[in-house]
Amino acid sequence: MPELSKEEILRYSRHLIMPEVGMEGQLKLKQSSVLLVGAGGLGAPLAMYLTAAGIGRIGLVDFDVVDFTNLQRQVIHGTKDVGKKKIDSAFESMRDINPFVQLERHETALSSENAFEIFKNYDYVVDGTDNFPTRYLVNDACVLLKKPNVYGSIFRFEGQATVFATEGGPCYRCLYPEPPPPGLVPSCAEGGVLGILPGVIGLIQATETVKLILDIGQPLIGRLLLYDALNMKFRELKLRRNPECPVCGDNRTIHELIDYQQFCGIPQHQPEPTVQGEIEPTEVKQKQDRGDNFVLVDVREPHEFQIARIPGSILIPLGDLPKRLNELDPNAEIVMHCKMGGRSAKACDLLKQNGYPKVRNMKGGILAWSEKVDASVPKY
Amino acid sequence: MARILIPTPLRQFAEKNDTVEVEGATVGEALTALITRFPDLKKNLYSDEGKLRSFVNVYLNDEDIRYIKKEASPVVAGDTLSIVPSIAGGRAHA
Repeated sequence: MPELSKEEILRYSRHLIMPEVGMEGQLKLKQSSVLLVGAGGLGAPLAMYLTAAGIGRIGLVDFDVVDFTNLQRQVIHGTKDVGKKKIDSAFESMRDINPFVQLERHETALSSENAFEIFKNYDYVVDGTDNFPTRYLVNDACVLLKKPNVYGSIFRFEGQATVFATEGGPCYRCLYPEPPPPGLVPSCAEGGVLGILPGVIGLIQATETVKLILDIGQPLIGRLLLYDALNMKFRELKLRRNPECPVCGDNRTIHELIDYQQFCGIPQHQPEPTVQGEIEPTEVKQKQDRGDNFVLVDVREPHEFQIARIPGSILIPLGDLPKRLNELDPNAEIVMHCKMGGRSAKACDLLKQNGYPKVRNMKGGILAWSEKVDASVPKY
Repeated sequence: MARILIPTPLRQFAEKNDTVEVEGATVGEALTALITRFPDLKKNLYSDEGKLRSFVNVYLNDEDIRYIKKEASPVVAGDTLSIVPSIAGGRAHA
């Protein structure tokens, strides 16, 4: 049984004086190990508070690099860290917060090949990546290894949290047997997120992790917590283990990890679309400079148009397009653009179906325009 | 009369409403009333075969309808139906 040093006793004094934690609880924390998957929006507060709480060993899986758009919510990284590996930036903060915690780096993309090897050395797994392939991978690996999986997910102003894969408890597949098809659920990069939201949800995950380790209170097992920041409401729904669940049910069909990119419908090698309906931003600029007769349609939302716009473009948000088709001449040459090219591809399809043959999609959207044509157009 | 809570990702298909009051004696009737009023919601809630999609869960108050009488579950005045789709805000690859 390890003991706490004099320095640690002082550091954890506000835990030690509570009977629910006490010396016994603090030693449980010190003897425990937690794997954090991802050092992003959810991972940032998780890593900071779990480190401060005195978890003995924390592993971090991440291979990403800090960029400016992260700083609005990923508070473990600072302005000086932009361009650094997230794992280095996070460890620097964590070491500063609590040098008594043993940190283990897994600078890799979590995959079906390495998940068991990484997970097996930890007591608890906390998924902070918030994407479908990793979520199903973490879920299945946790169920198969019998490791509790502390779950959180966020979108704009709403979040969900619960604890999966405890003995007899439900898993993520009991809740959602299958992921939605790609493109149907927007990511934060597309849909945006209130910067504080991952703080709230990440700290609910951190709280549940600490409670599981200390074995105190009512864990968030069999309950899905829903948080609505705009209305400041927490709601709770019942979660049950599904006896027909393919991974934790009575007659399970999944006994090993599968290909989760494929399961989530994401093509392995994103084929560079060589659609004839595409046009490079540089070519659009040449057309403008030559004075070609064409219409440049921006299908983003009005609030995005306020952030940045391409001179000469007209705004018709994708959602309004069906009822505003009459504003476009079916014989005209039309170029559609959005932020990254996804929404404008849908807009092109819509126009083609409605008898507009000369419509093309500007590749990479306004971000590519900023990169390749006019750097004075801000990226967002 | 039941109240249906529309989650953020689906509000764009429901004229930006977060709550909709509908008539219906069962969950199925209430959802039908909802998609009749907002036809754009239909393809997000139901498959082409007319089944509720597997990544959309419906709760009657705090109970998952899959564990009660599914769409035949009776609805009484004051009940709240929640549509809870799977969400994922993070980067597509990790």
